[in-house]
Amino acid sequence: MPELSELRRLLTAGSILTEPEDLIPYGFDGTAALFQLPWAVIFPQTTDEVAAVLRFSQKEGIPVVTRGSGTGLSGGSLPMAGSLVLCTVRMNRILEVDAENLTLLTEPGVITLKIAEEAATKGLFYPPDPGSMKISTIGGNVAENSGGLRGLKYGVTRNYVMGLEVVLPNGDITWLGNKCVKDVAGYNLKDLFIGSEGTLGVITKVLLRLVPAPVARRTLLAIYDDMGAAAETVSAIIAAKIIPCTLEFLDRTTIGCVEDFAHVGLPREAAAILLMETDGHPAVVAEEAAAMERIALENHALSVQVAQSAEESIRLATARRSAYSALARVAPTTILEDVTVPRSELARMVRRIQEIGRKYDLRIGTFGHMGDGNLHPTFLTNERDTAEMHRVEEAMREIFEFTLELGGSITGEHGVGLAKKPFLPQMLGDVSMNLLRDIKRTIDPQNLLNPGKIFDQTPAVA
Amino acid sequence: MKTNPGQNLLQGLDYSVLQQCMHCGMCLPTCPTYDATQLERNSPRGRIALMRAIADERLPVTKSFGEEMYYCLGCLACESACPAGVDYTHLFETARAEIERSGVLDTPQRTLTRSLILRHLFGHRLLLHGVGRMLYLYQASGLQSLVRRLGLTRLLPKRLREMETLTPTVRARFSDQLIHETETPAGTQRLTVGMLTGCVQDMLYSEINRDTVDVLLAAGCRVITPRGQLCCGSLHGHNGDMEQARIFAKKLINRFDLAQVDIIITNAAGCGSHLKHYDRLLADDPDFAERARLWSAKLRDINEFLVEIGFHKDLPATALSSPGQAVTYHEACHLCHGQKISAQPRQLLQALPGVKLRELPESTWCCGSAGVYNITQPDQSRQLAERKLANILKTGCGTVATANPGCLLQLEKIAETQGKPLRVVHPITLVAEALRRR
Repeated sequence: MPELSELRRLLTAGSILTEPEDLIPYGFDGTAALFQLPWAVIFPQTTDEVAAVLRFSQKEGIPVVTRGSGTGLSGGSLPMAGSLVLCTVRMNRILEVDAENLTLLTEPGVITLKIAEEAATKGLFYPPDPGSMKISTIGGNVAENSGGLRGLKYGVTRNYVMGLEVVLPNGDITWLGNKCVKDVAGYNLKDLFIGSEGTLGVITKVLLRLVPAPVARRTLLAIYDDMGAAAETVSAIIAAKIIPCTLEFLDRTTIGCVEDFAHVGLPREAAAILLMETDGHPAVVAEEAAAMERIALENHALSVQVAQSAEESIRLATARRSAYSALARVAPTTILEDVTVPRSELARMVRRIQEIGRKYDLRIGTFGHMGDGNLHPTFLTNERDTAEMHRVEEAMREIFEFTLELGGSITGEHGVGLAKKPFLPQMLGDVSMNLLRDIKRTIDPQNLLNPGKIFDQTPAVA
Repeated sequence: MKTNPGQNLLQGLDYSVLQQCMHCGMCLPTCPTYDATQLERNSPRGRIALMRAIADERLPVTKSFGEEMYYCLGCLACESACPAGVDYTHLFETARAEIERSGVLDTPQRTLTRSLILRHLFGHRLLLHGVGRMLYLYQASGLQSLVRRLGLTRLLPKRLREMETLTPTVRARFSDQLIHETETPAGTQRLTVGMLTGCVQDMLYSEINRDTVDVLLAAGCRVITPRGQLCCGSLHGHNGDMEQARIFAKKLINRFDLAQVDIIITNAAGCGSHLKHYDRLLADDPDFAERARLWSAKLRDINEFLVEIGFHKDLPATALSSPGQAVTYHEACHLCHGQKISAQPRQLLQALPGVKLRELPESTWCCGSAGVYNITQPDQSRQLAERKLANILKTGCGTVATANPGCLLQLEKIAETQGKPLRVVHPITLVAEALRRR
């Protein structure tokens, strides 16, 4: 290992951790059953410091894994042995809110919720709301192209990134994108870095697009005694040409766990619930809410409740955001999947997940963003039970295969990282996989930025 | 908890308690120490990762781990935030107990101080009261102000000098002198309750105990206050001395006739969250397990109890309106996080005629008192106190209510240090005052 003293010279004092008690808490992210100690953790405070560290990494051949708050759900920010973890949490200033151009410029370590709150103070709205938004960093959201509960109407992080400052693996600093609504100058390089999971560069500034805040919103809760009926309601709402802001689904297992934590009065006896939200102009909101209530009842909802206040709406959405963590109440290990299918196939997918659970004798709690076809079947298991973990792997493989059969994606919003790496070739095929590798080789020829994530690099063909 | 002195307590812990943390990070924004440093080791999930590494034998119990676990406030904000239901209280107490068992932080001075304070001072009622009396004389005679005016405290080492400024004002009369062993309500008797007087509360805020009894009487309760109560052991349980905590628990249980009382009342949040866990603390003790279960089932915080019996609904009719006073409410960690009691004190305050309750920003953020944290980690403690006071001042209220002696002391001290006029009061005192105006 190279001298720490050289690294120390590149950074502000007190920015390097190397002791085991300091490093162990950086040996994981939000993904289950993955752990690896890095060589060191560093906290750069400026773009120039990041550039200096990456030049050092090139010279010494040390891999660099970029990390924000470590809430990722595919192992994307898991360190590798001998690597440097570059943690962005000290680059945490919001630099500008431009109310004339509706943009916000920020450093990567700012917490997502802070960005939403800052936008709100100007009557503006930053829609992407990943489940971990209270603590996730915006840099991590961009690197993973995070989704959230509002993806159906508002899209995902990608749809709000107008520009990025990026440090390339060789230490070069570049700006991609700008404040222009229209811009077709050259390849869209900015988009290449969104969702690149830290494998192509380190994001050091983000220029975000904001939208006017919706004036009204209404939240509805539909209750079902059959999961299929909930899925059919979603398809019927979309077919009726309504695009609500949120269409969230929770099965019975998930409802019980969320209620245990949040005490918001969810019906524990229901087989499934749909949490539906419409926002926008008050007249449109009223009309859409009435239509969704009617469609839900037509599709055999037992009842539909309307949230009586903004506070109640927020409580329901907040409770829903806790779903994944709340599921951990019933089993030592929770393994969360992120499959996404075309919305017309939702009912088939949900039923198949139930069948697979029975076939492998596994407990699976399912919830997700039904409106955008993104489901989170979650295995409730124990990483110390080798036999059961083997069945989990088999079941997971079957879920992925069926997803691909339906024309779906192995990951809607969590990224490939390590967790879904084995399944990517089957989804993309040889030509696309080679294209990924060629791009990576061009930008990071030494394969030092988050190596081994998404795919394994192969030696260049001579 | 295993009692084998040779076994690592974290390794003896049920592993599923550690596994319950799935490191989602939802606790991070609620943790005052992570907020201060942004370092994962100073966060709940980081600390649990260290405990798990010790349980897995990937990390020995080190001095650095020991320091980390004493940097933790034990405020339990992470427990409220945790969707997965991690029992951080249990993990935290086990980790501190392991640190004491393994002796990684031991220095002759620390061992002596701990032994003097935890074992001797809090262990012997007469000694505690004796020290309390001497402090009272030191303060009441004017000696303290003389010593401070003459600048004699400069002769003390820095640490002691800081502690001298923390010296609270001791009351002239303690609880047993203010409260009869049995007091009976004037009207119809609904319940018989046992009253806990505490140790710190007893010396520094004995009038709060009197106020509590007055309110209980007004609520139709016969109140039994056993004489000569000792410390409940919460200080010991939270600071890694489980053995002593168990001894205190048994002594305190022995003071009460559990068949005679329907409910046992505490008015100190830090004690309450420990007292409610006597069932777990004594689960392996054949002589006490059953009584401890009964004890825990009967134990109530005063705010919780009064709302449970609907007393707050009678208040507007029975209490007399006071000149309109704006009050804000600071939530003691071991009430809102430790016992999940958050709405009840507000319900009581709102029921008082003339009281305007204004919400405190960051009401559930620790004030830095945290047991003996203001002595062990003075810098971090002061920063939290300053943050709390700034939030209180933002409300524009002249009175802040809070239901724990540690918080009362901490807030009184920071207001005094900064020269801000602020009345710091237990909610039950405001209730008692309103009833007395009848």
